[in-house]
Amino acid sequence: MQLIQQGAEAKVYALTFYGKEAIAKERFPKTYRHPVLDKKLTARRVIQEARCLYRCQQAGIDTPALYYIDSNRNIIYMERIQGCTVKQYLLNQTDDKAACDGIAEKIGTTLATLHALDIIHGDLTTSNLYIRESTNSLVLIDFGLSFISNLVEDKAVDLYVLERAFLSTHPNSQALFDKIIQVYLKRSTTGKQVYARLEDVRLRGRKKSMVG
Amino acid sequence: MAAEYTLSQLPNRSRRTIIALGLEGSANKLGVGIVRHTLQTPLDQHQNADNTRVANTVPIQVLAEAISRQQVEVLANIRHTYITPPGQGFLPKDTAVHHRQHILPLISQALAEAQVTPADIDAICFTKGPGMGGPLVSVAMVARTLALLWNRPLVGVNHCIGHIEMGRQITGATNPVVLYVSGGNTQVIAYAQNRYRIFGEALDIAVGNCLDRFARIINLPNDPSPGYNIEQYAKRGKQLIELPYTVKGMDVSFSGILSYIQTIAKVRFGSPDRATIAGCNFVEELPTDLTPEDLCFSLQETVFAMLVEITERAMAHIGSQEVLVVGGVGCNLRLQEMMGEMARQRQAKVFATDERFCIDNGIMIAHAGALAYQTGFTTPLKDSTVTQRFRTDDVTPLAVPTSNQVRRGSTKKHVTKPYRGGSSNDHIVAKLRKLSATKRDLVVAVSK
Repeated sequence: MQLIQQGAEAKVYALTFYGKEAIAKERFPKTYRHPVLDKKLTARRVIQEARCLYRCQQAGIDTPALYYIDSNRNIIYMERIQGCTVKQYLLNQTDDKAACDGIAEKIGTTLATLHALDIIHGDLTTSNLYIRESTNSLVLIDFGLSFISNLVEDKAVDLYVLERAFLSTHPNSQALFDKIIQVYLKRSTTGKQVYARLEDVRLRGRKKSMVG
Repeated sequence: MAAEYTLSQLPNRSRRTIIALGLEGSANKLGVGIVRHTLQTPLDQHQNADNTRVANTVPIQVLAEAISRQQVEVLANIRHTYITPPGQGFLPKDTAVHHRQHILPLISQALAEAQVTPADIDAICFTKGPGMGGPLVSVAMVARTLALLWNRPLVGVNHCIGHIEMGRQITGATNPVVLYVSGGNTQVIAYAQNRYRIFGEALDIAVGNCLDRFARIINLPNDPSPGYNIEQYAKRGKQLIELPYTVKGMDVSFSGILSYIQTIAKVRFGSPDRATIAGCNFVEELPTDLTPEDLCFSLQETVFAMLVEITERAMAHIGSQEVLVVGGVGCNLRLQEMMGEMARQRQAKVFATDERFCIDNGIMIAHAGALAYQTGFTTPLKDSTVTQRFRTDDVTPLAVPTSNQVRRGSTKKHVTKPYRGGSSNDHIVAKLRKLSATKRDLVVAVSK
């Protein structure tokens, strides 16, 4: 096993799993957290992640295929996506408007489908979106903070998290994010309510420059 | 953006040294600081690569380089804190009264400690925001008056930027992910594309506010600060109870945790009202020997774990190997310890300061203001208002554009409504007359 990344949550190793290119995502104990709290959080997140991956897969959203879960060691084995992150993609193609629009279309559609399933991703950033090399389809990864909820609030916060990730990582990308929202509104039945709530959340996020 | 400054746009170009006075009073701490910045190479001795000197201009890189390598000395850094009785928070009006009562003696003391006279001061820096309106106004009024009396420029400073710049200066962190945690702010910040950008923040109340309000419920003293007393209690806590854990990407939320733990505290140790009793079934399932110490312990472990988690996520997202903790909550040793553990697991470095620089202080305003001033930034008297809301990402540090037009544009984004509050400042003006070295007409200041 070869360590390919240490994210905030887990260490990711590359390996072959019964002949397939795979990754092992190990949630190692976080020593800064109280052990009781750490165990609870970790176990919960492994289960949530697996559950959400499975749900997405069933609904036809492109996600890494789930291979095996080692619940004792908190390791999930899954398919290794061949492709690049949207973050990388956008940094390379900032000038190509058609490419950017295409990616926005894909993100908006995927998010609408995701939320229709009541799955909240919880950590939508451009590093957690991949583009599959072989099919060019958008792959959602890292369901480590995901959960199931039908609340408009949770969906709005999900979009808000993405917006913030977009604007902090890719300055001047507001237009791109707006495009994503447009597509989302078109594809989602509850889109209007979610958008209305998103505007509330934005205000909330902006006001707390000092309230105490 | 222009890559060069003309020297005439920069203050004191012939001088290598500037001294700035900083006044901070955005919450219950009143701080006065005096800082001296000394450039190692005077700007007007800058030589081009081919040894010719363009008399009038300084490339922005040269200016930035000179400023980043300059010597910074803290000449004075004193603070007076408004402490309320246990169970009570500080109200804006009373806090403003406190600041008005103490600011002049504090300034005199700072000048004496620094062994400088008003004539030595080059710029007067004050907190423009964010913060509580009343306290901000009373301090800004003094800054404005001094500026007129001493005939010195004003520099309005963003409080959050003050924390960050001071933290960087003290610790030597170069380009860290910053966790800024205090009674009013909870932000994960990193510098990107010429701006401190907010990657994550609290979606409702600030972490310090959550701690302070819990301290009030269990009647902990506000002296020296509620957070400090929670920290001491937590050291004696033994049982961890499960509290809501609310992380949303790089954002966090504390209000749910607060109401949950408040309910427990009220039912077990206080007099619960009817609404509390109605929703308190879960409390019965908790251990019977639960102590306030256990609650403090559980609260700290939970909220700090959340903060460290979002900081780590930002570091992973950006690919940074440095983390800097600033703000009042940042001097909590348990938080620093947890941050250190996280950093150790990632082979990263953690930087933190002690209470002199973590908790609100005047020196950070002086320092950040002096940095802005060195790049040619000043705040005209007519714009020297304060604002309760002032986003960290609305400031473009060290990138003062050369044309006035652009400069105005860069601050236009945040819609600041000048705060006009409060009560008479006449007695201060009277005292200021005495304090001042030069007696000038105060009419302008008062009418402002």
